[in-house]
Amino acid sequence: MALSDRTPGIRPHQTVGRRLDIAWRYAFPAATSVLFMLLSLAPFGLWGQAALLPVVALTCVWFWSLFRPAAMVPPVVLLIGVLLDLVGFLPLGVGGLTMLATHGLAHRLRRFLSRQGFTVVWLIFMTVACGIAAMNWALVSLLTLTLVPPGPVLFQAGLAVAMYPVVAIPLMLAHRTIADPERA
Amino acid sequence: MIRPSIQARHALARLTLPAMVVAAFGLMLVGKVDTVLVERARTAVYDMSAPVYAVLAEPLRRINKAIAEIVGLWGLRDENARLRVENEQLRRWQSIALTLDSENQRLKTALRWIPDPEASYVTARVVADAGGVYAKAVLLSVGPRHALRKGQIALDERGLVGRITELGSRTARVLLITDMNSRVPVILETSRARAIMAGTNGPWPRLQYWTEGTIPKEGERVVTTAEANAFPANLPVGTIRYNANGIPEIEPDAQLRVLDVVRIFDYGLGGFAPPETPSRPTPGRR
Repeated sequence: MALSDRTPGIRPHQTVGRRLDIAWRYAFPAATSVLFMLLSLAPFGLWGQAALLPVVALTCVWFWSLFRPAAMVPPVVLLIGVLLDLVGFLPLGVGGLTMLATHGLAHRLRRFLSRQGFTVVWLIFMTVACGIAAMNWALVSLLTLTLVPPGPVLFQAGLAVAMYPVVAIPLMLAHRTIADPERA
Repeated sequence: MIRPSIQARHALARLTLPAMVVAAFGLMLVGKVDTVLVERARTAVYDMSAPVYAVLAEPLRRINKAIAEIVGLWGLRDENARLRVENEQLRRWQSIALTLDSENQRLKTALRWIPDPEASYVTARVVADAGGVYAKAVLLSVGPRHALRKGQIALDERGLVGRITELGSRTARVLLITDMNSRVPVILETSRARAIMAGTNGPWPRLQYWTEGTIPKEGERVVTTAEANAFPANLPVGTIRYNANGIPEIEPDAQLRVLDVVRIFDYGLGGFAPPETPSRPTPGRR
């Protein structure tokens, strides 16, 4: 819709199928983020699997905020954060704040990072993951009035950095193909 | 349709992030004030997703089993030798146990012992990890017309697993004994010293506040005590082990890392309020 306003030219007829296709491409980032988050809880029986959920949420929010901010708007980020709180048994609000912080950082660094290669984005993500883990730990400690052990969040940050290519490369491929609204 | 000017739209777009941050703080406040609401929202989300996990559980279990079997093929010879030795030992123990059991029965008859009431139980499948990063808990898939209550006790085939802390219409959440908010009154089997088993979120809960003058021995068995009316007496919990810093810990009997099916027992106990959700642990001595 916004596309046709801005650029003149000949366009295919707006059939129902095409509209659905466009809608799907716009919804792709949020929908897959939620799906991956719920899938990360499936009983795989992996050691340390509990850390997978926040890692998946963080990577998805970071990636789409950076490369497709139009589809990862703050209300969607907040919803993902609330889902993270609910299914990840965090005090309510922690997931929302950390995810919004991730989104804000990605948004700030967007202009710079869009010109960089994969490795630089990964390196910056490493710093962001550590910062978000520290924020998560501080918020949970504050809200529960106990010093929760920092081990799990350190593991979480490490896992986020290690898992980044595993999550981000398929997302990047999808971003250029099946999730690209321009290709609808 | 009236469309706002470009400037207005930009201003609005710029305001959404701060507005959402304020909303997140608001949610934090709601979470602090109304824990029941948050708990309901949680169980609602899990009630919705649990059937999917239950469906996924079976094929995933098969895959895990196949992988374990392939891995197991490597160590088959050693495993076989170890099992032979263990079997030999177990046979000896079995004969001892049978003798003791019959002797116990005879003594109980002689004493006109009032037997403990038989506990009823239901079996439920573990469908997901429900602990998150800061807690140790599992999610059980239970039928829609279950009669479970908070505070009921979960055991696997070897020992104590934990207690039910949250109940949905199709799911139940069991807080494991390894969770940092878990405290279980226990008794050391040989010295009969009372103690508290406190979870640390690590794989081995700590032993605390044992009776003065007794020293927990490495390998000593630990069972629950009926004190505080939260648990029935003599449920197997684990064995004592000392960690590298010389602090006594408990090696749980239950296989908490590979929980598959647990039994939920109804002992009709109600002496202890069920533990609070880990989102609001009570600040206290640790």
